[in-house]
Amino acid sequence: MIPPAFDYTRPTSVDEAVRALADAGEGEDAKVLAGGQSLLPLLRLRLAFPELVVDVGRIPELRGVREDGDTLAIGAMTTHHDVVRDPLVRRHAGLLAAATATVADPAVRHRGTLGGSLAHADPAGDLPAVVLALNGELIAQGPHGRRTIAARDFFVDYLQSALEPDELLVEVRVPKSDGWGFHYEKFHRVAQAYAIVGVAALVRRDDGRIAEARVGLTNMGATPLRAAAAEEALAGAADAQAIARASDAAAEGTRPAQDVSASAEYREHLARVLTQRAVLAASGMG
Amino acid sequence: MTHISVKVDGTTYQDEVEPRLLLIHYLRDRLGLSGTPIGCDTSNCGACTVELDGVSVKSCSVLAVQADGGEVTTVEGLAEDGELSALQRAFHEKHALQCGYCTPGMLMAARDLLRENPHPSADEIRHGLEGNLCRCTGYQNIVRAVQAASEQEVPA
Amino acid sequence: MTDQAVEPEVGRARPRKEDARLITGQTNWTDNISVGGLLHMAILRSPMAHARITRVDVSPARERPGVIAAFSGADLAEGLGSLPCAWPVTEDIVLPDHPPIAVDEVRYAGDPVALVVARDRYTAADALEAIEVDYEPLPPVLDLEAALAEDSPLVHSDKGTNRSYVWPLRTGEDFDSVRQRAEVTVKRRYHHQRLIPNAMEPRAVGVTPLAASGEYTLYSSTQIPHIVRVMMAVVTGIPEHKIRVIAPDVGGGFGSKLQVYGEEALALAVARKTGRPVKWTESRSEGYLATHHGRGMIQDVEIAAMRDGRLLGLKVDLLTDMGAYLMLVTPGIPLLGAFMYPAIYKMDSYDFTCTGVFTTRTPTDAYRGAGRPEATYAIERIMDELAVELGLDPVELRRRNWIGHEEFPYTSIAGLTYDSGNYEAATEKALALFDYDKLRAEQADRNHRGDSVRLGIGVSTYTEMCGLAPSRVLRDLRYAAGGWEAATIRMLPTGKVEVVTGTSPHGQGHVTCWSQIAADVLGVPFEDVEVVHGDTKAAPQGMDTYGSRSLVVGGAAVHHAARKVVDKARKIAAHLLEASENDLEFTDGVFSVKGSPDARKTIQEIAFETFTSHDLPDGLEPTINAEHLVDPDNFSYPHGTHLCAVEVDTETGQTRIRSYVCVDDVGKVVNPMIVEGQVHGGLAQGIAQALYEEAVYDDEGNLVSGTMADYLVPSAVDLPEFTTARTETPATSNPLGVKGVGEAGTIASTPAVVNAIVDALRPFGVHDIRMPCTPERVWRAVRSGKEARS
Repeated sequence: MIPPAFDYTRPTSVDEAVRALADAGEGEDAKVLAGGQSLLPLLRLRLAFPELVVDVGRIPELRGVREDGDTLAIGAMTTHHDVVRDPLVRRHAGLLAAATATVADPAVRHRGTLGGSLAHADPAGDLPAVVLALNGELIAQGPHGRRTIAARDFFVDYLQSALEPDELLVEVRVPKSDGWGFHYEKFHRVAQAYAIVGVAALVRRDDGRIAEARVGLTNMGATPLRAAAAEEALAGAADAQAIARASDAAAEGTRPAQDVSASAEYREHLARVLTQRAVLAASGMG
Repeated sequence: MTHISVKVDGTTYQDEVEPRLLLIHYLRDRLGLSGTPIGCDTSNCGACTVELDGVSVKSCSVLAVQADGGEVTTVEGLAEDGELSALQRAFHEKHALQCGYCTPGMLMAARDLLRENPHPSADEIRHGLEGNLCRCTGYQNIVRAVQAASEQEVPA
Repeated sequence: MTDQAVEPEVGRARPRKEDARLITGQTNWTDNISVGGLLHMAILRSPMAHARITRVDVSPARERPGVIAAFSGADLAEGLGSLPCAWPVTEDIVLPDHPPIAVDEVRYAGDPVALVVARDRYTAADALEAIEVDYEPLPPVLDLEAALAEDSPLVHSDKGTNRSYVWPLRTGEDFDSVRQRAEVTVKRRYHHQRLIPNAMEPRAVGVTPLAASGEYTLYSSTQIPHIVRVMMAVVTGIPEHKIRVIAPDVGGGFGSKLQVYGEEALALAVARKTGRPVKWTESRSEGYLATHHGRGMIQDVEIAAMRDGRLLGLKVDLLTDMGAYLMLVTPGIPLLGAFMYPAIYKMDSYDFTCTGVFTTRTPTDAYRGAGRPEATYAIERIMDELAVELGLDPVELRRRNWIGHEEFPYTSIAGLTYDSGNYEAATEKALALFDYDKLRAEQADRNHRGDSVRLGIGVSTYTEMCGLAPSRVLRDLRYAAGGWEAATIRMLPTGKVEVVTGTSPHGQGHVTCWSQIAADVLGVPFEDVEVVHGDTKAAPQGMDTYGSRSLVVGGAAVHHAARKVVDKARKIAAHLLEASENDLEFTDGVFSVKGSPDARKTIQEIAFETFTSHDLPDGLEPTINAEHLVDPDNFSYPHGTHLCAVEVDTETGQTRIRSYVCVDDVGKVVNPMIVEGQVHGGLAQGIAQALYEEAVYDDEGNLVSGTMADYLVPSAVDLPEFTTARTETPATSNPLGVKGVGEAGTIASTPAVVNAIVDALRPFGVHDIRMPCTPERVWRAVRSGKEARS
């Protein structure tokens, strides 16, 4: 199908991009075009009718990965392909690299970006839950400067982020997770399908026990979620049985959708099973 | 209308286009390069895969304006001086196509795969082609063809 | 040249002639059409499953810049007849009108209601949004059983019923009587979900009119250019001889392009009204609504047997979902399966009834296998249930009932005469390749250990009726056309050969295979043969491509026509060599006189002599070209044995195919590489029905799996490596001994996979899982099995 018509601008700096969004003003629906791998299908199916598209694809400062002390700072326009291969990401945020490698397919990963998939705020996307598990922070720039939004505050509702209409997501910051075990367990029916449920697990071990576990859930509600009860129960777990018991709490507090690919009940079941598997793999106790 | 300049299969084109024009429609309808087909509207099928600035992309999910200043290679640009690429030859010899509609995209995706991983296992080939659907072959001969091509010269 | 025999072409794994263009992008898809003044057509479709149209206003669309015309259904009604159904299966079938574009009422989400033509596709798409339509909702009709109730809302209110037809077939002993003497009966209900065929090339139509002479060239992404031509004449009133239909490169069909579509008639109508060339190409999601679906059936199956496993009879009651209208062969699809439920087994009684039901969904019609996958699924699933009931190994139960290879020709209980087959050989070969006993041992071990991942083994045997079809049989089944196929062979003056075929390939490789067949008979090089197809002007006679018929009927026609060419050439050779025809030998393209090896003429020389006609026998027609039409006197009956091993994760319900072995007997093989490719593709589609695909509708009749993101076509990652092998029992009904292979893989694989999954879960008391066997359905089956046992 054919996208609806829109105005188009292609700023070359973040300031220019933010100005373009601000100039769009009230009532004019402006959309940021990052890699376009979510937006273009929406446009083609005529599920979105932006009046202005702000293409941030030619802003060099939005790309790339750098170290900032104990944190990795990843430009919002860094493509999935680059994230997967980036040595810094692989060393300090292995979970992000592993999960990003499961996003869509190689051609989509060449265009799709980390910032784009977070700003899209699709709870079925793989990366929101991952950044949530990593205790990431998102840097937004608006007409009045930059602000930092914790991942737990960023995902507001289904396809809705905390970004204001005149704000641009410019950077994703994740604390280095060196020494943590990690695993992303994605459950989907065919390779290209969205996750029915995904579980992002990070585990820090101490003395043969789980000292701390963080579990992010994909597609278990209108936003990505943390399996807080399971995380709490996992602390101190020393073997597979303990992990299994603790994982039984993985669906607590979730509100998964019932849709064409699964019922809510089945998603809750999967959350428990996949949490167990992801944590086992991340902890090396499997 | 936005002015763009795109090099496609070695030729530079300059055009005024609507911002919403998809790269695939630019190739097919404006440039008359109909070798690359369209198979879906959700970027699932991969039939429209081309190379943009050295990597595979689905040209149904790229705006022509996003390709401005870029270099595109399509299936029509694979053979050099009439000499088929190793992948094209392997697709023919291993019967890796039936109706041929997915073939342009499959060739471009396979080329991308071999560039990143010159000697992939069968499993790696399947994962490398997961964004390209074929309804005729059941994929087995496509996997064979990519394997065969990988054992020859790696396409540039 | 010595008498050294040239290796025959038939049987060689020739890489395809078709490929050169397809791998370089020098293709000719219908959507590639680009001519001066071309108009792009876009169609507004009903967003509702069922509604009365109270108002359509296309004028806002017409006023937009770049829009040449816009039409409502009413604007086009005059001069457009009903879309045809060529297979009214019973005398009293309810056969509603099917306007190519709705006028008063829409009956499925996707039914066309208005259209625009504009200077480009973007303008056309935008203009659709300006059209105003008011609908008065009517109740949807979605449930096949509820649709037959007295008080059901009606899809076609003027018809007074949602029942389109009831078609019975009862043969042998009365089923009630065999049920009484049976020691065991098993009764099951099986569901076939709706499937979307998903040819990779979306449908497209183009029309170029010649207004002055009233001639129209219709390009269509179709499997059936010849049938489309006849039907377009009927629907539009344009005289048949003024319509030329071209099927250019066609990117797959699988039955979905075995159709006469409204868009073909609409494009003609618009070209007629505007006098300008018109093109329409569906998007994938539009095609999900507008291109016919397949399957969609509820089967009640009962089998009666003795304790020793001997089958007595089979009873089958079908409810089949016609969708909103009867399209080209919609009602006949279940009939193609009707004769196949008894499959390869001997029994005394067969009782079959099919009821066609209207629903407010996209019409159904042929999809790869068309009726036969459904039949094979039912019998092969219930044979497994019977085996469990009897405590027999499922392979053993089949062995006790199948027709022995020494019993052919064998007339099945359904009345078909199977000409040849060897079920024992195919099964033995499959079991050996599969390592059946070892897998059974592993399965027992996993079950014993209570492994969370269980192993299941599924077997499926099958036969199918291919090579559609003897025309007299079609008459008896009330099909409106014949089943013959045509071929013409032209010997060109330079010795090159043109084969004109009535088949219309869309990926099968006819150009290569017909070249192989002709090259052998004529003794010319493979490279010297060109095959002409898919254009009613260039290949005026044909019945097109579907139902695994092309090689069996069309390939046989090529063979016969080539024989005629040789016979004609022989007369001229005899004249030129001054010998009697009886003294001539013809080997590898050379006529020579027995005993005088130097007296010789090549067939190419004869072709040139015929061209000049300077020295032909008196009174001889100056041509060696020949035409032949084949009307088969029987179907062909490929068969085979498929074995599938799955690992089922009982915690998540996920199924992984661990190995898949099939041994198919498709008779003689023209090109083994192409045959293998057909099997692979068939397997992929059959497995996809078992595991992945389903057209899901909501309670309002909206297609929920409406894009490729929701309808799960498997990728390379989602399918296993297949082990394929063959046995070769030649068909006796055609000179090539071939049986057809296009549908075999699809027919056998679906029950093999589901049997394997159910087999894995028997320890949990599971005896069925509805297709597609999604992880959730599998998990639920395991859970309820466990609960029932605890």
